[in-house]
Amino acid sequence: MSTYVENPSGTLKSTFLTLAFLFAAFWGSFLILRTVIGFSSGDNFSIQQYILQILNGLDKGSAYALIALGLTLIFGTLGVVNFAHGALFMLGAFVAVTVSNLLSLSHKVVDETRTDFLGNPLQVEVPYMYDLFGQAAGDVIIDWAVPISIIIAIPIMVAIGFIMERGLIKYFYKRPHADQILVTFGLAIVIQEIVKYFYGANPIPTPAPDAFVGSFDFGIALGFQANEIIYPYWRLVYFFFSVVIIGAVFAFLQFTTFGMVVRAGMADRETVGILGINIDKRFTIMFGIAAAVAGLAGVMYAPINSPNYHMGMDFLVLSFVVVVVGGMGSLPGAVAAGFLLGILESFASISQVIDMIPGINQIIIYLVAIIILLTRPRGLMGRKGVMEE
Amino acid sequence: MSKSNFSRRGVLKTGMVASAGMALPQYLRAQDGGFTNAPGDSDVVLGFNVPQTGPYADEGADELRAYELAVEHLNGGGDGGMMSTFSSDALEGTGILGREVKYVTGDTQTKSDAARASARSMIEKDGAIMITGGSSSGVAVAVQALCQEAGIIFMAGLTHSNDTTGKDKRANGFRHFFNSYMSGAALAPVLEAAYGNNRKAYHLTADYNWGYTTQEAVQSSTEAMGWETVNTVLTPLTQTDFSSYIAPVLNSGADVLVLNHYGGNMVNSLTNAVQFGLREAQANGQNFEIVVPLYSRLMAKGAGANVKGIFGSTNWHWSLQDAGSQAFVRSFGTKYGFPPSQAAHTCYVQTLLYADAVTRAGSFNPCAVAEALEDFEFDGLGNGPTLYRGEDHQCFKDVLVVKGKENPDNEFDLLEIVEVTPAAQVTYPADHPQFAGGALGTCNPGA
Amino acid sequence: MLGLEKKDFRLLLIVIGLTMLAPFILNPFPAGSEMAQFNAGYPDLMQRFVIFGIFAIGFNILFGLTGYLSFGHAAFLGAGSYGAVWMFKLLSMNVLPAIAISVIIAGLFSLLIGFISLRRSGIYFSILTLAFAQMSFALAYSVLTPITGGETGLQLALDDPRIFGASQTATGNIPVPALFGLEMRSSYELGVGSWLFTFNAGYYLAAVFMIFAFYMSIRIFRSPFGMMLRAIKSNQTRMSYTGLNARPYTLAAFVISGMYAGLAGGLMASMDPLAGAERMQWTASGEVVLMTILGGAGTLIGPVLGAGMIKYFENIFSKINETILHGWFAFLPDGLENVVVAMIYPFIGKGWHLTLGIVFMLVVIFLPGGLVQGGQKIAAAFRRKKPEDAKPNATEPAE
Repeated sequence: MSTYVENPSGTLKSTFLTLAFLFAAFWGSFLILRTVIGFSSGDNFSIQQYILQILNGLDKGSAYALIALGLTLIFGTLGVVNFAHGALFMLGAFVAVTVSNLLSLSHKVVDETRTDFLGNPLQVEVPYMYDLFGQAAGDVIIDWAVPISIIIAIPIMVAIGFIMERGLIKYFYKRPHADQILVTFGLAIVIQEIVKYFYGANPIPTPAPDAFVGSFDFGIALGFQANEIIYPYWRLVYFFFSVVIIGAVFAFLQFTTFGMVVRAGMADRETVGILGINIDKRFTIMFGIAAAVAGLAGVMYAPINSPNYHMGMDFLVLSFVVVVVGGMGSLPGAVAAGFLLGILESFASISQVIDMIPGINQIIIYLVAIIILLTRPRGLMGRKGVMEE
Repeated sequence: MSKSNFSRRGVLKTGMVASAGMALPQYLRAQDGGFTNAPGDSDVVLGFNVPQTGPYADEGADELRAYELAVEHLNGGGDGGMMSTFSSDALEGTGILGREVKYVTGDTQTKSDAARASARSMIEKDGAIMITGGSSSGVAVAVQALCQEAGIIFMAGLTHSNDTTGKDKRANGFRHFFNSYMSGAALAPVLEAAYGNNRKAYHLTADYNWGYTTQEAVQSSTEAMGWETVNTVLTPLTQTDFSSYIAPVLNSGADVLVLNHYGGNMVNSLTNAVQFGLREAQANGQNFEIVVPLYSRLMAKGAGANVKGIFGSTNWHWSLQDAGSQAFVRSFGTKYGFPPSQAAHTCYVQTLLYADAVTRAGSFNPCAVAEALEDFEFDGLGNGPTLYRGEDHQCFKDVLVVKGKENPDNEFDLLEIVEVTPAAQVTYPADHPQFAGGALGTCNPGA
Repeated sequence: MLGLEKKDFRLLLIVIGLTMLAPFILNPFPAGSEMAQFNAGYPDLMQRFVIFGIFAIGFNILFGLTGYLSFGHAAFLGAGSYGAVWMFKLLSMNVLPAIAISVIIAGLFSLLIGFISLRRSGIYFSILTLAFAQMSFALAYSVLTPITGGETGLQLALDDPRIFGASQTATGNIPVPALFGLEMRSSYELGVGSWLFTFNAGYYLAAVFMIFAFYMSIRIFRSPFGMMLRAIKSNQTRMSYTGLNARPYTLAAFVISGMYAGLAGGLMASMDPLAGAERMQWTASGEVVLMTILGGAGTLIGPVLGAGMIKYFENIFSKINETILHGWFAFLPDGLENVVVAMIYPFIGKGWHLTLGIVFMLVVIFLPGGLVQGGQKIAAAFRRKKPEDAKPNATEPAE
């Protein structure tokens, strides 16, 4: 793959160029925004507001990038249009919900001193965790439900990925994309409805551990006044978590033999097969990894917004746009597009910008997608001939 | 289970044995009483059109429970619920005008197209005489217009936009639920008492009709008491993460954030606002505050602990102590095991009000029913003395200002009532500018 | 006949027969019987069948022939219905100008979007169309509220000008859409025994349009233009080597299918004068994609079958509730009745999405060619059976 740079000096050079580009983009976009906003509304757009929106963009972008990463892995390796990928993200979030429900599983104790809404004696729920570990330790365990579910989610999501691939998707490798869309869309609906059957349609609050409640004051660290740039801890955790996951996936593909074969398979599946390598088995594993990445993105997302059964569909279209803007078959492209669209979405939600162009926050992602696809025929880093027929 | 026959056609068929060639214009069934879907002698069909799929499915399910309960009570089953506390005693638990009440259900999907398709199938296929339900203003307005055209009475479910009885009002449509204006009028004095009149508000508003009317209502009533509006920002309906809208609020010079959001939007924006520490923050030397103009218990549940201490308004709450509310909570709670939501309450009441109006009018003719409902004054249905105003078909009754409870006793005990704002304080003239445009028109019996 | 081959003409005749007799075919169960729940022969659903049939036929001209998968076709349907409702508001309640304007508007809109989107192919094209449609939806729902009515949809009002018609009727109501005085909603009911059949004016108008649309689609499929489109699907590169530019052909196909969508939108508004923004959402675009694939992409009749199937599930299955289920199984002992109802309940009423999802999966797994292939299999089975009946000694083929 041309996007992976193999020789070390080239890596250094490209790293430097990337950093220089990011630096220029950071200050360039700030100056543009400041000038435009100042020119049109007379407001002084401060660097603090700007940094805040960059943080927001990175945070949103990390969710987009994680979902798009898994989606493009499946696209790139298996050539399958997976409309059920959003459902995997949603399943991840519901692993967190389930774990937190299981941990706070309770038995009822009747409290004679209080009454419920019908005037009967109130039944107080006492979690089993209290019985097992005492109230204090029990509370801590319940409180840490979301981090605990990360560990549980990995095997569950990998297993779901395996089952999906072996049980359904593998029969569709040679079928037209249209059939893949229909079957995975059907699967997404089925998964969604099963979750709805058990958990209802309402969002279910799944808070982060108390230790992560509250915000970090960047302003003080950067020499501004207190409270000027504050950002919630959990969202920062989400960002770093996604960077780690993305890094791990790249390292896995870059530095392991397994990854090398998969990359070779992405580039030319038939030749790899002729060489006598069982590419199918590796692709199954890739599907499991992609499912796990989507699932983890979902687990960690649960405290940011209360999970509901249709959250996968909400992200589905967006993640397709991210993948395509990044360019089909390109992992770095998907990640870059995720962060780019996240940041631009944040810029578009600045109130002065909305005042200037009403409705821009409604359409920014699609507008950017159109502009990029018209100027760069295969998205940011797409390869020729992938999904173009 | 009894063998049920839901179709008006079932009634008609007896009169149509082997009458090939006998043709009737569907909307000109003169022998049936001169109006659409006139019921037969044994039963009458009501159409319950609620969201069963999509984000409001749980609210729709609760509405459906209330409807089933209402039908049971109308047919003389159960403990009668609010029928015993209702100030009008026309209803006797013998169905409506002696006809057994049957019902059909449909899925609005919270989309105006799907809701109208479902309502049309109830009218055309099942012969429903009245359509009720819904959990959003878009759907309510769309179905209301459809019922006007078809000559059916529409008893709106949960719909809060001013437009439903404002610029989009229809003669065949009736709303028991309160509206944006009432929320603003009820909230303002409570907010003034709690937060003072030297406040700067920042509005985040859902970018569609309901959001616009709610923002307008809250803005004008808070500005009237001396608050200043610093900024108003529109957010897309499809937004799930509100961080980029919330983040700038703290440095905007505002000290109150008003979230004109409902449903999933409200759950997420409130959760995000609390994440960004707005509830603990200080601004302009005062505690920063968040206000949610329209609360619903189901949505408060979705936001979890984030609702604590946050003011909002609601149409009704199960902890009300009047006899009507108590009776309703008792029969609903006994049947389903948990207290009803405000959506369930308004749907139950609407069904009783319709049945009562038919009974008092002595006819199912929509025009007679409308006449019986117009300027009807009643009590005992949970919101104190209430007037169904004839000029715009809006109910005027007490509005509840509620606050997220700090120490809930159980999973339903999320809101506490701060004040019951008397009806007089939320009443407005029918030609109020926030309700301008549109006309009621005349009632349409369909024939 | 009519410029069609014998086989195509027979198909056209079948379609004409089916649509004209739909009120009978769709109401197979006596009114009032327990099975009447499954009757689909009421005006609204019959209208929807043919209108979405038109939409899917048009979509198939683009997707089935050229292979270009548009994920934004609902935008044209939405634009068409907005156009039609505006005609009702400004001009008159006659449906013909409304339908004409909706086709024109959708045609222009698709020309614009097609011209830009067709610069790319494959999934890049799909995402471009999706992006345009989503932008249309988002703007129609919010900032364009004065033109589109936003959340509540564009509706008629008593004070609309309607310069060639009346603002309101004599009784003070909003007039209803009509074809030179024939109201779209007017119906005649025919009772035969305990059966009841409804003949609706609006349905027959829409059905005539659908038959015409179907006929045009056959002509396009069989024309040199259709061949050209198929050539684009099979190998665009080779086609360009022969010196042909594919763009004008694909653009023509795109605009034609956009006009079909506009026609569907105009008819929809004529049957029920309201246009909502949700009609343009990606889910609506996705629905027509699903209809086409479900029925059988690239076949003539497939998209219509797919449209019918999805709309049937949406309107019939969603209305079956628990009480009705209990009614059906009332003959069982109480305990067993509850078990059976509990087992079926998740799939009907509020669970109709689940059933639809399962149907999608089953069809695409077992019938790769969509419902049409299912039909062919059944037909083949019958054809095979006949010779077998003639030769009773023939051994069963192992399957």
